[in-house]
Amino acid sequence: MKTIATYLGRPARENVEQAIEAARASESYHALLHLTAERAYERAELVDSGKVTGRLAGVPFIVKDNYLAFDGPTTAASHILENFVAPLQATVVERLEAEGAICIGKANLDSFAHGSSTENSAFGPTKNAIDPTKVAGGSSGGSAVAVALDIVPFALGSDTGGSIRQPASFNGVYGFKPTYGMTSRYGVVAMASSTDVMGCFANTAEDAELVTEIMAGQDTKDPTTLPDFFKPVSDVSPLKIGVISDFMTKDTDAGVRDRVNEYVERLKANGHTVENVELPLAKYTLAMYYIIVPAEVASNLARYDGVRYGNRSEEAQTIEELYGLSRDKGFVAESKRRIMIGNYVLSSGYFDAYYLKAQQARQKLIEQFDDLFSRYDVLVSPVTPTTAFGFGENTDDPMKMYLSDAMTVGVSLAGIPALSVPAGMSDGLPVGVQLIGQRKSDATLLALARSMEATS
Amino acid sequence: MGYMTQISRDTVLRLAALSNLQLAEDEIDGLTEDLGRILAYVEQLDELDTKEVEPAYQVTGLQNIYRQDVVDEGDVTREDLLALAPSVKDSQVKVPKVI
Repeated sequence: MKTIATYLGRPARENVEQAIEAARASESYHALLHLTAERAYERAELVDSGKVTGRLAGVPFIVKDNYLAFDGPTTAASHILENFVAPLQATVVERLEAEGAICIGKANLDSFAHGSSTENSAFGPTKNAIDPTKVAGGSSGGSAVAVALDIVPFALGSDTGGSIRQPASFNGVYGFKPTYGMTSRYGVVAMASSTDVMGCFANTAEDAELVTEIMAGQDTKDPTTLPDFFKPVSDVSPLKIGVISDFMTKDTDAGVRDRVNEYVERLKANGHTVENVELPLAKYTLAMYYIIVPAEVASNLARYDGVRYGNRSEEAQTIEELYGLSRDKGFVAESKRRIMIGNYVLSSGYFDAYYLKAQQARQKLIEQFDDLFSRYDVLVSPVTPTTAFGFGENTDDPMKMYLSDAMTVGVSLAGIPALSVPAGMSDGLPVGVQLIGQRKSDATLLALARSMEATS
Repeated sequence: MGYMTQISRDTVLRLAALSNLQLAEDEIDGLTEDLGRILAYVEQLDELDTKEVEPAYQVTGLQNIYRQDVVDEGDVTREDLLALAPSVKDSQVKVPKVI
């Protein structure tokens, strides 16, 4: 297993060569959509000549292909952006580069981050790193697999309803979704602006913490970023921890529950107090999510019209056809579903019954989380109800696919941080435990995971 | 479950028009079924009493972030942006006749 430390203090050029070689050797997994080799070697030269120094000097990484980054296209795994060449870079990519990190490629994802398996990529799915007959998870599947296969020690993803945590869990790596507003969204293709959060994958909690520290911070280009607050903490004192019992019922695979229960026993052995808690609105979170997020998706994806950028239909004769055909050909089926659901719940006559109702339910959910966090420091649950599933298993009915996010979407709606921690295997596939904290308690979650790692 | 939201083909076509999606004929039936299933599921929220609950339109508590009203260069130039357009003429984005 490779960590950031594996790469530090070595020639950046060799690190880049090695990562690109590893990426090519793993092509059959389809974790990457393309390499950014030209820029990677340019950056390596800057590091090797001492012009760029920092805490990640010469360390290679990969970004999900919905992050705007130089060298090659930024496609969001969609046809409409297939040839889109970003004229700027995401703030978090700039911050990592400023510390010497070197982006070597762009990772596959469900098109526009719409999905939970990477099967919705317009360019074909990514295979699971542990069992290539299973899905990678999603939507940041390529990033998770790239880290699990040791192509790079860390990768960036985006998490709107579980898109970092779920693929992390499916591939046995750490995946961190920070507090909403802790990391800048500037320069990342927008999905649902009220829950989109930028975060990372890594092989250790310590690496996830370092990358997060560099990514975090207020950005004048993203006015929803919070004033700086993230600061790693060295130790965790004994914590009060609640296990969300609503996610530990027989609807969750026994093998998943077993691994979570073992992790809970280890938390106790490390001096933490653990109790079962209830989150009565848990079972409604997916319904809230699939109203609010499609509404935001419909608005955010309205900009792709084939006029100013992106692919334009060659057949269009009229302006209406230009919009309609460019969008029909440019979006995958799942994106069309979400756009249309969004326009349904926002349309006059339905707005109050769906969108307003969901935002009111979301407020009640936030209050339930706040109440739990008045009594507990950290909440624990599985990340997903099952381990990685097979290709095509959940593609016949969109609701079946959505259910794999049942335990992650509530956290997104509340804007609170959560970390997916590898917790062993069930029938040969990785299981993840989700550590959930109150808003701005990001450092505690990472320190807790670090301390558990040290005693495992 | 008891939820039987039916979405008609006409509703799907109306939504497609609202969404600027010129659907191919073979997409319509599948979407009719899928959207019906999704709406039937999300209607579970009807069970919740949300009377007089203030909707949660945001989670940060941030309000009105101001900046000085000065022009800044930004990250991109006019030329950068025009270079992205599928069709350009005389430094303008070209589209089919609108009126």
